[in-house]
Amino acid sequence: MRLTRHGKRRAVKGLLVGGISLLAFFLVFAAPAEKHLSVYSTAANYSVPVVQRQGHDYVGLLELLDPLGTVSAKAEASRWRIHYNHILGDFTAGKNHARVQGRDADLTGKFLIENGRGLVPLSSLNSLLPRFLGGPATLHPESARLLIGSVGTHFTASVAPDDASRLVLHFTAPVNPTIATEPGKLRMTFSRDPLIAPASPTLTFDSKAIPSATFSENNGAAEVTVSTTIPLLASFSPDGRTITLAPTKTQAAAAATTSPAATPPQTTPAAQSTPVNSPATVTRRYFAVIDASHGGSDRGEALSNTLAEKDVTVAFARRLRQELENRGISTLVLRDSDANISLDDRAYFANTTHAAVYIALHAASNGHGVRLYTALLPYTGQEDRGPFHAWTTAQQLAIPLSQATANSVAAELTKQQVRVRVLTSPLRPLNNVTAAAIAVEVAPPAMDLSQLGSADYQQLIAGAVANGIVAIRAQLGAAP
Amino acid sequence: MIPRHLYFAVSVLLLAVLGMSIYAWHMRGRAKAGSVTTLDSRPVAPPVAGATEQVTLFVAYDDIGVLHAQSARIPLPSVRQERAEELLRALLAIYLDKSSPHPLPAGSDVRSVYLVDPGLAVIDINAAFADGHRSGVLSEELTVASLIQTLTANLPGILKVKILVEGKERQTLAGHADLSNFYDVAAVNQLATQLQSTQ
Repeated sequence: MRLTRHGKRRAVKGLLVGGISLLAFFLVFAAPAEKHLSVYSTAANYSVPVVQRQGHDYVGLLELLDPLGTVSAKAEASRWRIHYNHILGDFTAGKNHARVQGRDADLTGKFLIENGRGLVPLSSLNSLLPRFLGGPATLHPESARLLIGSVGTHFTASVAPDDASRLVLHFTAPVNPTIATEPGKLRMTFSRDPLIAPASPTLTFDSKAIPSATFSENNGAAEVTVSTTIPLLASFSPDGRTITLAPTKTQAAAAATTSPAATPPQTTPAAQSTPVNSPATVTRRYFAVIDASHGGSDRGEALSNTLAEKDVTVAFARRLRQELENRGISTLVLRDSDANISLDDRAYFANTTHAAVYIALHAASNGHGVRLYTALLPYTGQEDRGPFHAWTTAQQLAIPLSQATANSVAAELTKQQVRVRVLTSPLRPLNNVTAAAIAVEVAPPAMDLSQLGSADYQQLIAGAVANGIVAIRAQLGAAP
Repeated sequence: MIPRHLYFAVSVLLLAVLGMSIYAWHMRGRAKAGSVTTLDSRPVAPPVAGATEQVTLFVAYDDIGVLHAQSARIPLPSVRQERAEELLRALLAIYLDKSSPHPLPAGSDVRSVYLVDPGLAVIDINAAFADGHRSGVLSEELTVASLIQTLTANLPGILKVKILVEGKERQTLAGHADLSNFYDVAAVNQLATQLQSTQ
């Protein structure tokens, strides 16, 4: 078939338009989303681009340090020098090592120079940045988030004591997430806030309306996804530290309706299953808070060459949670990972969850058996004023209950023929907790230190501690 | 035949080598002695001269985890602040001894004790004391109770005690015992009573 001149033109035009459309399609849809590293520090929160080279993620060191201080860099052939606040870094292209202030620094990959820019492997930042900054830097490599210093924002989530369809999230610093909803989920994305994972990535609640929430991190942001059976609205406290998720007005009205005849027939099955707790039947959301002491860079006592206190406490915390939950006691473990949580934050979490009892776990190599501690309150010239308690002596009113709890646990340990002592101790954060608070220090049963990590020994102690808590449950539940 | 002046020059050189060797050997010995003195920064013993006094030291025993009151006669100065320092140094001398019942790291020392009216004592320990202290709730509280109880049992009128490390506030002694707050002497007195029993 022969095409006329006009037909040829149309065919060429068609091909051209088709080609451009195809190219545009590939450019728009086939191009990978640009990856970036979110940096959180006391000086500034910012992000820098991440580039892929030789199958690894790289970032420009100059761009990374620039917002944090005075920085300059100079490239000379294969050498690249950077000055950051009088600290000199000397890098060589293609080398796995650099020199910072005359000391060797491992880069975990090759250093690259591109158009005068010095690129370092993303994975090297954990060890490289402290050399420049003189303080810790924590990289979350999966999500490309970098926390410089102790800037992490921790949070707790619990259903409101008077309404199981309301979820209250408390944060240690003001937050400003973007919120999106989709059927069955409410998603909060924290791209500007250095939110840290809770003890468990999945939090479960004793609520049919809001059964769980999960924490995840991805491409420079943290995300909290709340599973829900009813539409939820988020409201922020004026200080930005509390987010309350509550049913929308329609749902609340439906839930508040008591007469079955008045229930709209079009109410969704999810809304029908929403429990409405009357204040008289309200119970605490978490009866017990277990605090596995130490964590992260704070290893606690080096119990042996291979055994650190922080590892024993977290293993023991998991066992104790299991034992308590087997006995029907809802339990939150404050640290269920290798996170570094400050003493103030531990007390803050314990107080905001309104648990009936706080149990701090420690391990020691000296002595035998178990030692139970209640707070030795510090000297203070201040007195509590009205409803406000002094932070350092917040435990004051709960001391009789804490001592009763320690005695109850001691009795159960004695039944199991475990050597036990009850003492007071200047051990923080016992004095900052408003509920009954005890610390359990587990020492080996005999000279053999490896027994501290033994499942049987931990199980024996965890079972006895759980029995002790159960024995005093009624008294703890009646606590103010 | 070797010229005479060459013999003479070689002999002088040999003598110089011998002299330098003897001098170097001597200097090596002095350097060694000097480095031992630098490393040994243990507290100086209280002055032996002067009248001795009967005091009560509260000594920690790690093996059974208790605090025992122990009488001792030590020479004490008349100035209250110096008495406080000598008391704690006498206690530390027990802990730094080879047969210590509660070993403290080598070089541990009390830098100063400040007595501030009304009723405040500030104990300033050195970095070696805190940095090398054994970690553990009981271990650390034995140290704290031992220091405070020894001080307050022999120097009445102290109501609260603050412990500093190298003149600065620290969160904990070695990860457990709180150093960020003031110790209530009455509460520590009760703790000392608890610690005198193994039950």
